Amino acid sequence: MSNSSVLFDAPGPKARRISLIASIIAGILILAGVAWMIWTLAQPRESGGITLPGFFDPSRWDIFADPEVWQFIVFEGVLATLRAALVASVFAIALGIVFSLLRSSQVAWIRIPTTIVLEFLRGMPVLLMMLFILLVLNTGAFWAVVAALSLYNGALIGEALRAGLAALPRGQREAGLSLGMRPLQSKMLVEFPQAFRQMLPIIVAQLVVLLKDTSLGYIVGYTELLRTNMNVLGSFYGNRYLFSLFVVTLVLYLTMNLLLSWFARWLSKRTSSQSAGKRLDPEDASQALLVAEATAAARESKGP
Amino acid sequence: MDAVIENLPTYFEGFRMTLLLLVVSGIAALVIGTIIASMRISPVGSLRVFATVYTELVRNTPLTLVLFFCAIILPYLGSELTYVTAAMIGLSVYTSPFVAEALRSGINGVPIGQAEASRSVGLGFTQTVGLVVMPQAFRMTIPPLINVFIALTKNTSVAGGFFVFELFAATRELANANGDAVIAILLGAATLYLVITIPLGILAGQLERKWVVQR
Repeated sequence: MSNSSVLFDAPGPKARRISLIASIIAGILILAGVAWMIWTLAQPRESGGITLPGFFDPSRWDIFADPEVWQFIVFEGVLATLRAALVASVFAIALGIVFSLLRSSQVAWIRIPTTIVLEFLRGMPVLLMMLFILLVLNTGAFWAVVAALSLYNGALIGEALRAGLAALPRGQREAGLSLGMRPLQSKMLVEFPQAFRQMLPIIVAQLVVLLKDTSLGYIVGYTELLRTNMNVLGSFYGNRYLFSLFVVTLVLYLTMNLLLSWFARWLSKRTSSQSAGKRLDPEDASQALLVAEATAAARESKGP
Repeated sequence: MDAVIENLPTYFEGFRMTLLLLVVSGIAALVIGTIIASMRISPVGSLRVFATVYTELVRNTPLTLVLFFCAIILPYLGSELTYVTAAMIGLSVYTSPFVAEALRSGINGVPIGQAEASRSVGLGFTQTVGLVVMPQAFRMTIPPLINVFIALTKNTSVAGGFFVFELFAATRELANANGDAVIAILLGAATLYLVITIPLGILAGQLERKWVVQR
């Protein structure tokens, strides 16, 4: 229901007043809850007979006045996270393209094994894949994180591109073939560029997931943003700063992810206004993929 | 292969915990998600703003950070939760905005003409929602919800990194103990995850396919 007012009669002045009052009361309650949490955190606390300062006391935040700390966070933490995400994105998109071509091949003994491999990759936790690569191939933490993220996201991007290829109007391929192109030529020069553009919002949304998942490196021992801040800086400056370091880490992660999600949303609006196709929801990559796959399957099953 | 069979009890101990995490946080996420979704479509402005901000913030926080907060920062702030409870709280909070979005997109997916038609034949608000909109919205939310639970199944593995002995933690322990059979051990664990995720994935795909054609 994009317009829920159909469900009930248009609210009169009384109903509008009631909903305004409810809105103000609820707003005050929410703000009070947040204020209470902050107040509780700010209180000094007793611990084994000593009184520790509250969590917003300057003595818990003074390390952030030191530019060297920020330098360390940015150059060791943020950069390590971005490097893993960037390398993994490049590999994931490349793998995705290869997977989508293999998966939509006309030859059954290429298509079917690829389908099985893709299902396997999609059904496994990324963390288990990281452990697998770390222990079996003995690659070191960075490449374990990058390889696992590339394989997992490559499988999803491949599936999205395949759905994009299948959902193209049949006439595109027929036109390519009738101009004398080989099947592969038509696929690469005519169909694939269109599918890629249509699926771009899903791909970018998937890259947001990839960026979030680099933090799994914390568990397999890759020194990314979370590990740099909590383990390296946390143990260097002592327990006192644990909470403030966590807050800083959280804010940095949120900034990076929100910027990338907004970019995905903007991209999806732009592409949807240019192509007549149905707008894919860029908010949630896995849901958009589900819809894209179903649309493709529906088109395939209609047959010639 | 022998290493897998010998260690089956450890696997199942981990698998039981994975299932427990899945069921408990799945139900909790459904409850929180429903509340958030109804806040988002409510006529009360401040609730709508709160739900939007909550969704946006939680969805853009990595799960590792959420679980780190529950397992390490909360005890540091003075909570006395066990690690299992902490992981359940973290997983349900992290999953709830995804549930809310799946529900919301289902309700938004019902064409507006349906509600207009039922209003014009004289049905009231409860009848419109209960008899016309909800039955259609419900089945449109099932495939996305299954998708959310598949993601949750895979996400429970992250709890293994934060002191909960579930399937991932069990696998890591077994792999360290049996250095000569690492591949078999890891494939054993992968199978147990796939046993949950692949059937659910096929089910979601098939339901979605069926309903896409009908629309």
